Amino acid sequence: MIAIIDYKMGNVGSIANMLKKIGEQAIVTCDVSIIERAEKLILPGVGAFDTGMTNLAQLGLLPVLNRKALEDKVPVLGICLGMQLLTKGSEEGERPGLGWIDGETLKFKFEKNESALKVPHMGWNSVTIKHENGIFRDMHAEPKFYFVHSYYVRCNKDSDILATTHYGHEFTSSVRRENIWGTQFHPEKSHKFGMKVFQNFVNG
Amino acid sequence: MLKARVIPCLLLKNEGLVKTVRFKNPKYVGDPLNAVKIFNEKEVDELIFLDISATTENRKPPVKLISQIATECFMPFCYGGGVSSVEDIAELFKLGVEKVAINTQAVENPSLIKRAADLFGSQSIVVSIDVKKNLFGKYRVFTHGGKKDSKLDPVEFAVQMQEMGAGELLVNSIDRDGTMMGYDLTLTKKVSEAVTVPVIACGGAGDLDDFADAVKKGGASAVSAGSMFVFQGQYRSVLITYPSIKELERELN
Repeated sequence: MIAIIDYKMGNVGSIANMLKKIGEQAIVTCDVSIIERAEKLILPGVGAFDTGMTNLAQLGLLPVLNRKALEDKVPVLGICLGMQLLTKGSEEGERPGLGWIDGETLKFKFEKNESALKVPHMGWNSVTIKHENGIFRDMHAEPKFYFVHSYYVRCNKDSDILATTHYGHEFTSSVRRENIWGTQFHPEKSHKFGMKVFQNFVNG
Repeated sequence: MLKARVIPCLLLKNEGLVKTVRFKNPKYVGDPLNAVKIFNEKEVDELIFLDISATTENRKPPVKLISQIATECFMPFCYGGGVSSVEDIAELFKLGVEKVAINTQAVENPSLIKRAADLFGSQSIVVSIDVKKNLFGKYRVFTHGGKKDSKLDPVEFAVQMQEMGAGELLVNSIDRDGTMMGYDLTLTKKVSEAVTVPVIACGGAGDLDDFADAVKKGGASAVSAGSMFVFQGQYRSVLITYPSIKELERELN
């Protein structure tokens, strides 16, 4: 069973909708005992970094998430803010992140002459995949994904970078370290490309 | 590189799909769920649904229909119409809506935008600005489905909304709505130059060149259209369409 962690950070309905579409049972939950039994975890999230970490802490989810991810090594997929929370911390806030990926979350800053570049980075962008396995296995040609974010992840270890995207500069649009996966984009809103990512995550 | 988004803007009235001309004479064009299925197959960038009579009829958003749309919608989905509180917005997000568009309440109760942006994040709060020229040729923001002149200047209002936390602005020209004469590029440009958040041009698109103009000349981050995606030919027969990815790339990149 897949648990979609509901920590009051935005839209979880659309992830459940897409998993249902590919015939997968998922439970949207913040219940520790259900998360405990889950074979895979999805950490979604839209909103502010500190609020996200605060909510995870207040719901008492940090111990179970750390255990599942780091000791049991169940596959975890962080999406958007969920991927940023995998890092050690963010320029957006004060609180430390989960720290499962060695990196930081930084704000997009563009000079005046790049003012055509709006923040948030919102819309469909292409993704350069470094390792065509795991969640990007058998991906369609020229995949594009839907992004909405003002902050991006900078990895300290190149080996954690799974895919990159260009917006003003290259940034990491997907990460992977062992059983931990992350996408800055929203696969649940990215048509067949996103559906493939979920199929790979579910069947991987 | 980031692709300029091309967004069908679909109007709801009595839970059916309609299309207006200059915000008047809504013509029934079909079933919204059927339209979503077609737009899914065509892999459209995003969808906007606006219930055009919710505010004037003092109704809440049609949650059952919205929920059905969200279940079928594997692309970003923005809903607007009759949204007047953070509770309304929270309920919409629970259904699977990504973005909520606020129009009348943004004028009458601007603090709603701030509270909503603080709670849900700016990226999910769209302020939809309906603009019409008054008798003296000055742009004015209208509310209540284009019926009420707020006397506000759209550029000043856009800046205020950005400061309140709006993450995106849907700028709709009432004068061009349904005319397929092209976007009001002056309006698009004025607003997009004044703000840093993405501006979606809406109202008047008749062909692919209009999209390119709104982006290249008007500075819009995204373009939205209604008639172009639901009508075909000079007699405006109903046919749901969307340009191919190749056509869009040729035109917009």
